[in-house]
Amino acid sequence: MPQAQITMDVRRVSDKVSVVDVKGELTAFAEGVLMDAYGQASEGGVRGIVMNFEGLEYMNSSGIGLLVTLLIRVNREKQRLLIFGLSDHYQSIFQITRLDDAIAIHDSEEEAVKAAST
Amino acid sequence: MTEQTPQPEERKETTEPRDAVYWARYAETLKVSGVAEGATNINVEGRRAVGPLQGFGKMWQKTYRVRLGGVDASPAEVIQTWKENYKDFWPEGNVFYAPLAGITPGEVALISGSLPGGVKLSTGVMVLYADDESFTLMTPQGHPFSGWITFSSFEEDGATIAQAQVLMRANDPLYEVGLRMGGHKMEDEMWQKTLANLAVHFGARDPVETNLVCVDPKLQWRHYRNVWHNAGIRSALHMVTAPLRWRRDRAAR
Repeated sequence: MPQAQITMDVRRVSDKVSVVDVKGELTAFAEGVLMDAYGQASEGGVRGIVMNFEGLEYMNSSGIGLLVTLLIRVNREKQRLLIFGLSDHYQSIFQITRLDDAIAIHDSEEEAVKAAST
Repeated sequence: MTEQTPQPEERKETTEPRDAVYWARYAETLKVSGVAEGATNINVEGRRAVGPLQGFGKMWQKTYRVRLGGVDASPAEVIQTWKENYKDFWPEGNVFYAPLAGITPGEVALISGSLPGGVKLSTGVMVLYADDESFTLMTPQGHPFSGWITFSSFEEDGATIAQAQVLMRANDPLYEVGLRMGGHKMEDEMWQKTLANLAVHFGARDPVETNLVCVDPKLQWRHYRNVWHNAGIRSALHMVTAPLRWRRDRAAR
């Protein structure tokens, strides 16, 4: 199997909120990286997971599927998943796949972190 | 040698991510570009495409895969063949009316399936995504399930693998009951036969592996009203009212 062409760095921005900086390609091969980042971001009773997609370079339909399964896990843990940094192209993909019905999309990190903290 | 400043359109093209050509463009509702002979477009035109988050039932991830052992075909060749012959790999009883433009992003295909009681289910799918090594179909409102099916091929341990992966919820309470009472089994058999047919096409005889995971056991009761679009009910009504339409058309002549 090809290696995942993606990195996800986790930053803790407050007691309750973590930000995951996504850089690279979100495909089926990113599953391990995504779930590791989620585990790291959730440590210590975090309630809001904010994903920064400014560095997203490529995404296929398997990548979107991974976000759906992540969302289910986040909901199960009674956390919230928020997103910012989507380009117009990726916003349109969230719209067509109707992920925007379930995941809050924000324009900036400040806005997303504020929403996650409330 | 002179340097040229790219025109605005050219600049836009170069800044678009390379996956842009693989995705369907957003449209509020589905539009069928042509209805093939034998197909019925009563449950697709004007409907919205729906993903696994919009359905009612438990969420399942079902993976069916077959190893194309001893076959000298790259993943891209497998997917090209799958796209070109998609309808031929389906088992009997279900008909896929391929779009005229083929399996390309944004195209809508009509489907005629079989339901218990002799009812023909009229539904369809939209091509959500298609690249050289995978393609994904997304269902419309009223389809038995709400979600995506991704067909892909890749290399693993020196062999080419063909895979179909469904991420779905039953669209409404009636379909959820139907899936629990044998519908899941029928669906599993359909994709197992499809993959077996694909493998035979390439001359492989390996068994199809199935992996079923319940991703979310919760029912989404807020979506119970999806039953309004139920394509099974609408197809049955369309069938029983056929004589009335025939009489109306005859009187109009």
